[in-house]
Amino acid sequence: MSRELWTMLRESRVTGVILIVVLLALWQLSAMYLVRSPTWPTVTRIFEAWAENLADGTLAKHMLATFWRQMLGYGLAVVIGVTLGLAMGYYRVLYNLFEPLVEVLRPIPGPSYLPVLVLFVGIGHEMKVVLILLASVFPILLNTYSGVRSIDRVQFDTARTLGLTTLQTFRELVLPAASPQILTGMRISLAISLILAVLGEMIVSNDGLGYFTLLSQRTFKVPEMYAGIFTLAAFGYCLNRIFLLIEGRVVRWHHESSGRI
Amino acid sequence: MTDYLLVDRLEKRFSSHGRAAFRDLTFSVEQGAFVALIGPSGCGKSTLLHIMAGLSEPSAGLVRLKGEPIHGPRADMMFVFQQYTKSIFPWKTVLENVLLGVKYQATKPRKELEKLCLRHLDMVGLARYPNYYPYQLSGGMQQRVAIARALARRPKILLMDEPFSALDAMMRVELQDLLLKLWHDLGLTILFVTHDLDEALYLGQRVIMLSASPGTIAEDVDVPLAYPRRQIETRSDKTYLELRERLYRNMVTQVMAGRAEAS
Repeated sequence: MSRELWTMLRESRVTGVILIVVLLALWQLSAMYLVRSPTWPTVTRIFEAWAENLADGTLAKHMLATFWRQMLGYGLAVVIGVTLGLAMGYYRVLYNLFEPLVEVLRPIPGPSYLPVLVLFVGIGHEMKVVLILLASVFPILLNTYSGVRSIDRVQFDTARTLGLTTLQTFRELVLPAASPQILTGMRISLAISLILAVLGEMIVSNDGLGYFTLLSQRTFKVPEMYAGIFTLAAFGYCLNRIFLLIEGRVVRWHHESSGRI
Repeated sequence: MTDYLLVDRLEKRFSSHGRAAFRDLTFSVEQGAFVALIGPSGCGKSTLLHIMAGLSEPSAGLVRLKGEPIHGPRADMMFVFQQYTKSIFPWKTVLENVLLGVKYQATKPRKELEKLCLRHLDMVGLARYPNYYPYQLSGGMQQRVAIARALARRPKILLMDEPFSALDAMMRVELQDLLLKLWHDLGLTILFVTHDLDEALYLGQRVIMLSASPGTIAEDVDVPLAYPRRQIETRSDKTYLELRERLYRNMVTQVMAGRAEAS
């Protein structure tokens, strides 16, 4: 093999894509010749089921349902987490008041809120939204206030010498200076919110990708079950890509200033 | 009371251990003067400047501007920080950084404010860089942005806290001459903190040297060298060299005294 080809392979991410294709091929071959079982369908069979369910709109319907409740819970988490985080980061009194509480609540795994929520909110749409909110608010909150607290004293002094009011200081300094960390928190929470959405749907729901996947398994539609998981992979991947694209634009100055592109 | 800017029996203690950074500090600055403040590290010269800017409160005493006590930052006194990478906001372009100092104060339309800012960028030699981000500029250029931003607010007094000490020698020389020109052209009063004796003597009409902590005034001398000053000629002038030696001796004594006290 030529040297240029080697360099190309080493430098690009083509190798990673090739690996995925190879693994799928191994799956296909193993299902065809090695493990002939209804629980291990061929990849082509899964893709067929995937195409069918995409064509008749079933997957689109479930994906929209998942997306909608995820975004509702996540959106609320962003609003609450960022607002409270900015206030806690800026006002020491609020930090001292809420930080211990946050530290106590934060280690509770998101799913463990579920039994309590069923008692108080029921098993409907609201329960799932609140579950997503509770699990995804903490990374945003924590990153926001630690971002604000790490703003340099010189920058606050600069704002003061320029005669900025508190509101102007938030707008011109606090929010942009903390935005790299806020966005980091938001990216972590985006993944968490999808996990909790799917979990909620698997426990009690009548739509969503989690519901579709579990239902397929229970009705022995194994290729559909895998198709559901493939859909979730694609969905999660796209969400993250879109987020990175937006993040790259918003905090371009940060990546450039810290020598990271 | 005829003093323009008066530091009146100023004292600053650090609450934790009650140690004074300086005490009973009194001096006044005439309008239009260029005063260099120098002293060993830890003598409180930077703290003093922060108090004069109203960024920090003294433990005792007062700073007065035309008789009026200073209790907070004022529009006619601008501060230039040593850490330009912090004080110039990296998420704003050069022009946006300069605009930040004027856009909330003035009632003028945006176009006019931009023109005002561009004029001040031109004064510091950055007319061609309004849309650059700080990370695209050298350190010297970033500090020029900070100076332009301060000047766009049309201050009477510039308080500068070791503004050039993080720059390399070439840029420092350029910015020193730029600052002298701006001082001359705009009729500013400048207080310039530095730990570099040569810089203090080259720039200042007057050099105030603080002693090691607790800081008191160790020397307060006029620098009888004509303006415009020239990097090579001024620095090799006989008066310059004599004054430099005298201040240098005093500074070494201060440092030794500080060391003896510490041990």
